Amino acid sequence: MPFIANTDEQRRQMLADIGLTMEGLFSDIPKELLCGKLNIGDGLAEQEVREVLAALAGKNSIDLTLFLGGGFYDHFIPAAVYSIISRGEFYTAYTPYQPEVSQGTLQAIYEYQSMICRLTEMEVANASLYDGGTAMYEAMMMALRITGRNKVIIDDSVNPIYRVMIESYTRNLKIEYIQTHCSTGQADRNQILEKLDTETAAVILQNPNFFGCIDDFTDIAQAAHNKGALLIMSCYPISLGILKTPGAMGADIATGEGQSLGLPMSFGGPYLGFMAAKMEYVRKMPGRIIGRTLDRQGRQCFVMTLQAREQHIRREKATSNICSNEALCAMTALVYLALMGKDGLRQTAHLCADKASYAYGRLTAIPKVKPHFRAKWFFNEFVLDLPKDAADVIVKLIEKGFAAGFPLSRYYPDMKNSMLVCFTEKRTKQQIGMFAEALESVL
Amino acid sequence: MKLIFEKSMPGRRGVQTTRSDVGETINIKKEFLRDKPAEITELSELDVVRHFTQLSRLNFGVDTSFYPLGSCTMKYNPKVAERIASYPGFAHLHPLLPQLRGGGMLTQGALAVLYEMDLLLREITGMAGFTMQPLAGAHGELTGIMIMAAYHRDKGNKKTTVLIPDSAHGTNPASAAIAGYKVATVASTDKGVMDVNALKTVLNDEVAGLMLTCPNTLGLFDPNIKEICDLIHSVDGLAYYDGANLNAITGKARPGDFGFDIVHINLHKTFATPHGGGGPGAGPVGVMGKLVDYLPVSIVVKRDDGTYALEYDRPKSIGYIAPFYGNFAVILRAYVYILMLGREGLLRVAENAVLNANYIRVKLRECFESAVDTPCMHECVFSPSKKMLETDVHAIDVAKALIDRGFHPPTVYFPTTVKEAIMIEPTETESKETLDAFIEAMKDIADTAQSEPEKLKNAPLSTPVCRPDETAAAKNLDLAYLNPARLLREE
Repeated sequence: MPFIANTDEQRRQMLADIGLTMEGLFSDIPKELLCGKLNIGDGLAEQEVREVLAALAGKNSIDLTLFLGGGFYDHFIPAAVYSIISRGEFYTAYTPYQPEVSQGTLQAIYEYQSMICRLTEMEVANASLYDGGTAMYEAMMMALRITGRNKVIIDDSVNPIYRVMIESYTRNLKIEYIQTHCSTGQADRNQILEKLDTETAAVILQNPNFFGCIDDFTDIAQAAHNKGALLIMSCYPISLGILKTPGAMGADIATGEGQSLGLPMSFGGPYLGFMAAKMEYVRKMPGRIIGRTLDRQGRQCFVMTLQAREQHIRREKATSNICSNEALCAMTALVYLALMGKDGLRQTAHLCADKASYAYGRLTAIPKVKPHFRAKWFFNEFVLDLPKDAADVIVKLIEKGFAAGFPLSRYYPDMKNSMLVCFTEKRTKQQIGMFAEALESVL
Repeated sequence: MKLIFEKSMPGRRGVQTTRSDVGETINIKKEFLRDKPAEITELSELDVVRHFTQLSRLNFGVDTSFYPLGSCTMKYNPKVAERIASYPGFAHLHPLLPQLRGGGMLTQGALAVLYEMDLLLREITGMAGFTMQPLAGAHGELTGIMIMAAYHRDKGNKKTTVLIPDSAHGTNPASAAIAGYKVATVASTDKGVMDVNALKTVLNDEVAGLMLTCPNTLGLFDPNIKEICDLIHSVDGLAYYDGANLNAITGKARPGDFGFDIVHINLHKTFATPHGGGGPGAGPVGVMGKLVDYLPVSIVVKRDDGTYALEYDRPKSIGYIAPFYGNFAVILRAYVYILMLGREGLLRVAENAVLNANYIRVKLRECFESAVDTPCMHECVFSPSKKMLETDVHAIDVAKALIDRGFHPPTVYFPTTVKEAIMIEPTETESKETLDAFIEAMKDIADTAQSEPEKLKNAPLSTPVCRPDETAAAKNLDLAYLNPARLLREE
């Protein structure tokens, strides 16, 4: 039997040794509750299972040239990332409850927290959350706890998937949501300031927003603080290689999806939710936090700290129910950032912006293709308006070998002809050229 | 060991980025840019590889040592699953592809994995349908409680409270509370299972449901499980099965047959996906027929022509709880594991997990205080003997002394219903030789507690660091290395 160590002989010996029978071991289960044989096939050998799964993998189209982003990106991943994080000492360990035998994980997570702080220019980061959407939800819950208020302003340029997730989670709670509408690509100051009052717990914004547009929320942070509200800002970590940070804008909590930091797309996960905040809110944060301290002999060591916030101590009074986080994904992000380094990260972000800017010129030169927003301030994604239904155009481009972009009508019903396109450092001038030709040919 | 930031050398490079083939075409106005690059490290690839290889040597993992951490099911994680998860056909698949018109056809292989996994988990648990979306066990709990709330909302039930036994994991009350419920605790009997009379006294029409781990955290299967589920149903409550300990009964018994309405499964426990130092996990949730309509969107369905599709049109659904289809690469690993075990293998998992735990229970009960004197399931719980406590040797000292003997410690001080708990879960992947060595080490610790107790108080001595000053860690918070943002503010 695979993965079971004891031989039949050892099992007999062990049972005899402890004076029990296999049946006796399960005698607490009432007989009528025992199930018959499961309707599941015989086990497969490794060779067979690899063949079966290779055949299934072959049914997935990964040869399309991707111009699809929407919060989940096809970035280059250095080979050393996988080679480091696939060390069994890291991936077969559990949550570091016993610090003496977990210094590898603990130090790495402390370094990850430090990296996230440096990337976002925030004061404190936790050890990770599940993904960008749950991180935003946790940030909102944190803002409710901090302010004792229950009104939240969220802009419709925030990733729509995150918005519906937050809605699902809080259906049983009494939270008043106010959705503001983004019509120019930049956050509408008039609308937000008008809704902002002393009942508001938080304003939730995203940069670059779902349409790829960039903004500076310093003024909104200021306005929120004047009313005692917090600014929660979701961001795309690669873009922080060059873009103004949530810390510099005065955001109180920064969150985001860390997938772009060295994690493969893997059809939706596992990914990484990061969260960073101002130091004064650290005791209201959800999730694990690793701290540096000394051991009994005065040597530097790392431990899980501020555990009194967490479910295993506080139970129903905890700041969150989270237990397993995405530790290995956080370590992946750390290794990625360490390999890219200060220059590499900046250049990668720069390359993304270069390619997008070049593509913008190339694609908007196609007759009947127009940029959706007048302002040209974007990072590596932008919205194109097509002369016909974007979903139909995308179908035709799949036939030509391109995953052309995301049809915005899926979440924005009045943007039927709009398509969100994305460019990472992996896309070449030649691919962009061929894409432009293909797009022109199907319009 | 030095921090990675302390090894940084200005001007050093790791990865070389490509040259721009479109020139410097960037067009972003200055006010949107950061004023200086992020102060991250400057290292060569070798610096980075060596740093993390050295860090890895400071860690225990299942690959390096016996890891009997109770309730966490630290079994071996098959290497083949890692290999398959890295197949480009899975790893390079963009999650938004199936949301394009006709895009489902671009991801048939991945959708097949999700669909087949749903069927396998139904068969293993006896439930009617699953969602693969929950990203961890606690996330599954939250999803399950949201389904519970949707059911009651739909029926117009006025429910306020979720019942939870005193031996439950902390995630149970936390999940119920953040979903908007009050929590009421149900006491255990002195035998360690739920006190049915205590349950009856807290049961009323306001009870939305009960969350129960079975076998429980003492490693005991509750013989009254059916009656308990019936009682909950008598007030139109729902019975929630926390699958943290499903490993004990795979192929033997199914929560659906006990009367449970909702279950979550920790794929990173029962189905051998790696814990990764605290995640990622995956916590699929299964429900009985009356709750299927409430499962999150989307669900993978199989069409008449044999192709797979994502179904979004589910008006009663609780909505989205994850961006896509769950932690796909984790689900994929668990799928590989179940395929390799097959029907017989799943049964053998439970039998060997339970046998291994009982072997330890019987062998150690002379020198440690066993929490129960009847056979246990997949894990056994002890306390230090009276004699040990008299020499001031506590559960934490036993844990630390095991480290010096080459083993990862068991879970200690949990469940809280047992004083000084030492909770041991060997799992089925460990051999008799390993168990014997562990038992010897435990006996040696019991002996040392009498001969040289101070030696145990100072353990571990073999690790690069010894016991940390946790009070200082919480008082003098140091949560990031020389953080420029903080330093700036302090100026």
